[in-house]
Amino acid sequence: MRAARVLLRPVGFAGFGLLTLVLLAAAFGPVLWGGRAAAVDTGNLLAGPSAEHWIGTDNLGRDLFARVLVAARLSIVLAVAATAISLVLGILLGAAPMLLGRRLGRLVTSAVNVLVAFPGLLLVLFFAVVFGVGARGAALAVGVAGAPAFARLCHTLMAAVSERDYIAVARIAGVSRIRVLLRHVLPNVAEPLIVNATMAAGGVLLTFAGLSFLGLGVQSPSYDWGKLMQDGLNGIYVHPLAALAPGIAVVLAGLAFNLTGEAFAAVFGLGDLPGGARSLEEPREPVAATPAVPGTVLSVEGLRVTIPGPAGPIRAVRGVTFALSDGEAVGVVGESGSGKSLTALAVAGLIEPPVRVEADHLLVAGEDLMAAGAHRRLGTSLAIVFQDPMTSFNPAHRVGPQLAEVSRFHQRMGRKAALARAVDRLRAVRIREPERRARQYPFEFSGGMRQRAMIGMGLMGDPRLIIADEPTTALDVTVQRQVLELLAEVRRDTGAALLLISHDVSVVTDVCDRVLVMYAGRVVEELPAKDLRTLARHPYTRALVAAVPDMDTDLSRPLAVIPGLPADPVHVPAGCAFAPRCPLADDHCRAVAPALVAGVACHKSTEVPV
Amino acid sequence: MSTLSFHDVRVRYGSHTVLDDVSLEVADGQTVGLVGESGCGKSTLARAAVGLAPLTGGQILLDGRPVPNRGRRPVQMVFQDPYSSLDPRMTVGESLAEAMPERLGRTARQAEITRLLALVHLDAARAADLPVRLSGGQRQRVALARALAARPQVILADEITSALDVSVQGAVLNLIRDMRRDLGLSMLFISHNLAVVRYVADHVAVLHNGQIVEFGPTAQVLGAPRHDYTRHLLAAIPGAVPLKEQT
Ligand SMILES: Nc1ncnc2c1ncn2[C@@H]1O[C@H](COP(=O)(O)OP(=O)(O)OP(=O)(O)O)[C@@H](O)[C@H]1O
Ligand code: SF4
Ligand SMILES: [Mg+2]
Repeated sequence: MRAARVLLRPVGFAGFGLLTLVLLAAAFGPVLWGGRAAAVDTGNLLAGPSAEHWIGTDNLGRDLFARVLVAARLSIVLAVAATAISLVLGILLGAAPMLLGRRLGRLVTSAVNVLVAFPGLLLVLFFAVVFGVGARGAALAVGVAGAPAFARLCHTLMAAVSERDYIAVARIAGVSRIRVLLRHVLPNVAEPLIVNATMAAGGVLLTFAGLSFLGLGVQSPSYDWGKLMQDGLNGIYVHPLAALAPGIAVVLAGLAFNLTGEAFAAVFGLGDLPGGARSLEEPREPVAATPAVPGTVLSVEGLRVTIPGPAGPIRAVRGVTFALSDGEAVGVVGESGSGKSLTALAVAGLIEPPVRVEADHLLVAGEDLMAAGAHRRLGTSLAIVFQDPMTSFNPAHRVGPQLAEVSRFHQRMGRKAALARAVDRLRAVRIREPERRARQYPFEFSGGMRQRAMIGMGLMGDPRLIIADEPTTALDVTVQRQVLELLAEVRRDTGAALLLISHDVSVVTDVCDRVLVMYAGRVVEELPAKDLRTLARHPYTRALVAAVPDMDTDLSRPLAVIPGLPADPVHVPAGCAFAPRCPLADDHCRAVAPALVAGVACHKSTEVPV
Repeated sequence: MSTLSFHDVRVRYGSHTVLDDVSLEVADGQTVGLVGESGCGKSTLARAAVGLAPLTGGQILLDGRPVPNRGRRPVQMVFQDPYSSLDPRMTVGESLAEAMPERLGRTARQAEITRLLALVHLDAARAADLPVRLSGGQRQRVALARALAARPQVILADEITSALDVSVQGAVLNLIRDMRRDLGLSMLFISHNLAVVRYVADHVAVLHNGQIVEFGPTAQVLGAPRHDYTRHLLAAIPGAVPLKEQT
């Protein structure tokens, strides 16, 4: 549970503790101290602090400490009610573009933008006058005045979510706009909204105290903290505590809300976990640093990646060993879930806890990645291109500046120079009118163009190693070809090596010198790319190749498929992981896992007819 | 059962014309492949048919009548990107149930979910999983099952196999051919992979710069292309011609 992690942070612990106390006071205050707070003691009017009355009494001799505790309920209830009003109005206004259609929605959005620009206090006072003096009027005033800020937040959050295809899918399925909002949009924006509402409640508490203090809020005989402060003000020079104590209560309660919200924000956001060891659990034996073999840009030995899961650890990569020479192109093929991407991410140093990366050694461009902080030093010697271009770009920023950012950060280029290079790289990846495209946002690019821009981003530096995870998956043949040619060109010009992950066997054979075939987290075969179609020895490799249709495939027959399902990484079989799907499997295969010997991990590789 | 026809369809974003008088017919029970380069408007054509892209001109008809864009829709679309097409907060079963045309009882719904998952070769136990627990290929199969859940007359498949493993792709392509045979579905099948289009489509349309430059039976268009652009596409297939920059 992510929410549970909130308590592990000092801020969260303090916030939650304080909030619990405040809420307890609000819940039980009137029950426990109600009598005491109302008891009039004419012999003890406006008394100072004493053992009996800790912070004194008011002008009717009522105990002020009890009154501060009792006032907690009204103060908190009003603050929460006002926040709820803001939140609900904010969600409705923010969702207007979704619910009302484009034109009306835009009108509402502009109105909200104007209102957000108004000073908050001015709005509160204005609405307080409109809704009338008193607790209900004040709650409405504060609630309505807070709505524009929430509306803007909702609008931004919802705009990001409605870009996603599942919203379009739901609409095509005939789901009504309201239901789309309730089922798909709100749950996906709930976390940031709750965080903001919690923090806002702290501010609202203060505003309320202010209103009551000014006499616009709660009226006698009811009282909240603001009212108590106002009452105490008359005697401030004689009994300062009478006015200060409710003030302190406001500050503590406000702090409780803010700290709690703060802690939630840190956990829901990209929060850095305490004690996040990114590699081994036990401290590693100080291995004599394996000297990098000259001419080797990447060397991996015994790489293991483990993901904690509810059904036990998922052993996604189970001991992968390979190396890349300078300028070499190596392809990785295999089914989804076979660990290709995690291998690539581990090599790129991009895996974060709780996922665990272990390796006997992992050297990238001369850096030992198993040492702390190494991935930061990799800088621009590594370029990475991902499969999912939509999440690789920040939807709120223009494409050109996002590319330029890389050079500004790593190569300390000026803004102008970096932007010029970005445009140049966009041109290099065959994006037409790169100057105009650089000024556009990611959503204005088609899927293919986004991916090319992503590759362009990888080429902003001067990489020694390019890791490309399904870079051409979403591209049509012509652009795929241009991109592959582009990658080949970069390799020729810079001598960069390429680790290309692709599900497309023909792409890999076209581009790469060598191919690694992965199954269930292991390399099952390693062979020259040109031999993949004809000389493969592992039954899995052969099945994989046979499953790809080409321009000569027999149309009258179903395509060859590999029977069964890929191995479940939680329960990898004891012997050969491919055994349940392998036509040649026998008892020996099911009992003993074959090792990778002479490029193939199969007990029967010699029996397979070539 | 159903014919989807595009008549002089025109889509413009600002001053940028994406589709320029495109006419195309997906005849009853046929699978029409749509090929063309990135950004040429393939997705836009499909999105226009389900009301996700605004038409500037022309019309899109289902059996001679405008495609209904309210309530349950007879035209369903499956998207390119399996990472954004499933709601991360809904289980596979919930996503499928949402797309079903009528409300079913608990057991009937469960049975239908199991049937749909089996159609796309997924284990029934997957119904309880959230999308994060699925690989890209599995997500795409769920997306296909969800489109089928609506019992559509026409399916628009936008690059649905481009993110899939070859082993799964084979199964999905077989599945699509079975579906056409058994359910009589009409389909617009968008793909950049000509070998894949060749395998599933009866007819192929080639889209270039917002216009259809060639349309005809698959064997004819891919075997004896008449337009230069089609020839250019065929030459770009991996392995067809060695890469220029290869060292
Ligand atoms: N919402 C939008 N606003 C502005 N321009 C858009 C929008 N959606 C698409 N475009 C433009 O329309 C053109 C066609 O886009 P579309 O997504 O249909 O391409 P595609 O052929 O499907 O490409 P790919 O195969 O890469 O996905 C592109 O030039 C794109 O920039
Ligand atoms: S070891 Fe046995 S089960 Fe595994 S691939 Fe070889 S023959 Fe098949
Ligand atoms: Mg597209």
